Amino acid sequence: MAVPWEFLRQNVCVSLEEGSFNKRAVLRDSLAVAIPVGTYGAAFGAASIAAGFSVLQTCLLSLLLFSGASQFAVVGVMGAGGSALSAIATGSLLGLRNGLYGMRMSPLLKLRGFKKIIGAQLTIDESTGVAIGQEVRGAQASRYGFWATGIGVYVFWNLFTLLGALGAQSIGDPSAWGLDAAVPAAFLGLVWPRLVDKKTKLVALSAIALALILIPIAPAGVPIIATVVIAIIFGWKKS
Amino acid sequence: MSALWTATLITSFICFLLKILGYSLPESVLNRPVIQRINSLIPIALLSALVAVQTFGAEKSVVIDHRLVGVLVAAIALRFGANFPIMMFLAAIASAMTYNF
Repeated sequence: MAVPWEFLRQNVCVSLEEGSFNKRAVLRDSLAVAIPVGTYGAAFGAASIAAGFSVLQTCLLSLLLFSGASQFAVVGVMGAGGSALSAIATGSLLGLRNGLYGMRMSPLLKLRGFKKIIGAQLTIDESTGVAIGQEVRGAQASRYGFWATGIGVYVFWNLFTLLGALGAQSIGDPSAWGLDAAVPAAFLGLVWPRLVDKKTKLVALSAIALALILIPIAPAGVPIIATVVIAIIFGWKKS
Repeated sequence: MSALWTATLITSFICFLLKILGYSLPESVLNRPVIQRINSLIPIALLSALVAVQTFGAEKSVVIDHRLVGVLVAAIALRFGANFPIMMFLAAIASAMTYNF
């Protein structure tokens, strides 16, 4: 029997057969990610205003930067009195993984021209996560999941950023609504289906351990990006 | 240009460049088996780290608070095959209840 790891590897060079897939199921999965994640944009909008950014700057961060962790990092660093340079460095460091996601998505999406610009902008944790999650349903389902999730998150994230920015006072404390736990829960839901064997589980646990060790000693953003090293170490060997 | 504008626009620009760079590297680089293996593991490592940082991180310290209750509930929900919105809803409820009471 092919080990699960082999199956995961095959997913990288997804077969190009254009078989039918359950569009409704993929769309449901995509929106199930896009809507709750998008609504968290309200928390970003509020956080950004609280950090001293204008409504226009807040909305531009969601429209142009469009990467939740990077956005939170930028307003967090500036709000805490950090320099523009440290905000840029932290935000960019967190944005680095989107480039890695792009590398992962590139053979699947095969984007050219204008579509490449749009597709690249929509390449974030959620769109990549759903696309990878749908690979079991075939390449077509995976591509559909990428676009549906990417566009869905973009629309809802920007809409709720504006709402959150405008209603910064009235939204109050995101913790009281459980929003601060919904975000790690979303990431857990995205990584969960990937934990198919001993190796992937080991990678996940090692990444959690390394991130926790680094939180007190490394600048914000580093505890996340540093775990790429774990992927490299575990991916280097064949077995 | 104020520091806030600088941070907003320059970070946006760099992050877009990083995104487009991922799509612009030659496929021959990406088709090497070792790159593919590493690339499959990268989202697992980063997403796991994000779970850890967003569950336990508070500025520069590691704390256990209401968020952990939410995430544990999410894990249990996932273990029993709950779909995404149900899982997140349960996580939010559990966390909010712990936070408020």
